[in-house]
Amino acid sequence: MAYSEKVIEHYENPRNVGSFDKDDPSVGTGLVGAPACGDVMKLQLKINEQGVIEDAKFKTFGCGSAIASSSLATEWVKGMSIDQAMLIKNTQIVDELNLPPVKIHCSVLAEDAIKSAIADYKAKRQKQQGQ
Amino acid sequence: MTLKLPIYMDNHATTPVDPRVVEAMLPYFTQVFGNAASRSHSFGWSAEKAVETARDQVGALIGASGKEIVWTSGATESDNLAIKGAAEFHKDRGNHIITAQTEHKAVLDTCKRLEKEGFEVTYLPVGKDGRVSPETVRAAMTDKTTVVSIMLANNEIGTVNPVNEIGAIVKERGAIFHIDAVQGVGKIAFDVNAARADLVSLSAHKMYGPKGVGALYVRRKPRVRITAQIDGGGHERGMRSGTLNVPAIVGFGKAAELARTEMATEAAHLRALRERLREGIQSQVKHTFVNGSLEHRLPGNLNISFAYVEGEAMLMGLKDIAVSSGSACTSASLEPSYVLRAIGVEEEMAHTSIRFGLGRFNTEEEVDFVIKLVVDKVNKLRELSPLYEMALAGIDLKSIVWAAH
Repeated sequence: MAYSEKVIEHYENPRNVGSFDKDDPSVGTGLVGAPACGDVMKLQLKINEQGVIEDAKFKTFGCGSAIASSSLATEWVKGMSIDQAMLIKNTQIVDELNLPPVKIHCSVLAEDAIKSAIADYKAKRQKQQGQ
Repeated sequence: MTLKLPIYMDNHATTPVDPRVVEAMLPYFTQVFGNAASRSHSFGWSAEKAVETARDQVGALIGASGKEIVWTSGATESDNLAIKGAAEFHKDRGNHIITAQTEHKAVLDTCKRLEKEGFEVTYLPVGKDGRVSPETVRAAMTDKTTVVSIMLANNEIGTVNPVNEIGAIVKERGAIFHIDAVQGVGKIAFDVNAARADLVSLSAHKMYGPKGVGALYVRRKPRVRITAQIDGGGHERGMRSGTLNVPAIVGFGKAAELARTEMATEAAHLRALRERLREGIQSQVKHTFVNGSLEHRLPGNLNISFAYVEGEAMLMGLKDIAVSSGSACTSASLEPSYVLRAIGVEEEMAHTSIRFGLGRFNTEEEVDFVIKLVVDKVNKLRELSPLYEMALAGIDLKSIVWAAH
């Protein structure tokens, strides 16, 4: 299969690779996918008091398109508010990276990872406020 | 010396045609172009002579007579002709076929077709080493078993089956023994009499011959009967009609002759390269696993899983070398390799497998380049892998409830 230039570019120069401390209250962590399916994405968001995503990091086990989708997602969410990030759709990732139909699940996973990270952050906040 | 990129290490998929084979073929396109079935002039006689020489050359490679070689379009056709032809011919005696779960699709899908037509098929499991145990064959045989089809060597993991032992059991029970020998012949010693084979599928392009030509060995003593699958002019003793592809057959003959005379030295060369590759990788990269028996294996095959690194992402990083992966992402089916599953490799590890197929024209320099590239890419992708990070932190990946998607 031929990859789009943008997928190759992200694969060769992935943005924002790494991890934050998952116990940091300002960090939301999303871990989606399954090793048996061949894709696991970990996406972490560092969110400030104003609800703005200050930084993002990812690690992905998966094909080049999965790596590119998560790399792109971290680029996009930086500087966004939580609400804006929740509006990112997998189809936008598909369009940006020119993903073929068999790779659409990679973009779905990236969208899920963003939502899951935000949900984790919100749950943490709630727990904190409850204390 | 500079390396020429990309490097070809996918010799189980196909092999380049040996220049000596090309040279042998050339006159048969423009000068000796006759139809081997033309009996009335010298053009036909010359073509027929060339075809008969090739028959002897291919027969000699497997300890058979040239008279026992039936030309086909390739191994897929040979497998179809052997299994369907034998099952149909003997259907009054029984309707049971035995094969193995790790066979090539040309065998498995042929068997599935026969199931739809009312035949019963047993798909034998294999051991963790990738081999079919003769005892499982014995246990599966019934009075209704007419055909047993077991491959010589596996196309993905290169493991070699004990066909001689299996053949003895099959013949004890009087069934027809078919061997898909496509990957093994020309690479390891194989003899139709030692294996007591009745039918053997062969392909030219896996042994440095041209694509589009194969053969089916059909035993003459005692005579094995099969029902033809392609009807027409009654070529190939009525077993396979159709005008013979003379240049390709000549090339197949030459390739078989080269394989026979050079097999010993070539196998030693390939085994040395394979071990250099394996040791080079495994001494520098942890958490790698060779899939299938290393001992009972084609000399040029290395199928290895790199834990925590997805196979297709690896292939993308290895763009300067041509290899293949058992990862789901590389196939249209989105399922990881059924061969790896059959030998008990867990799905997550099947996704991380890479198949290296070394061949006649690979060099030590190429192997060293590949080792360096593989080590580099695995390290880079593990830096990117959440699974590797978790494993390093001592988290048991099996303890996590993953959301399947």
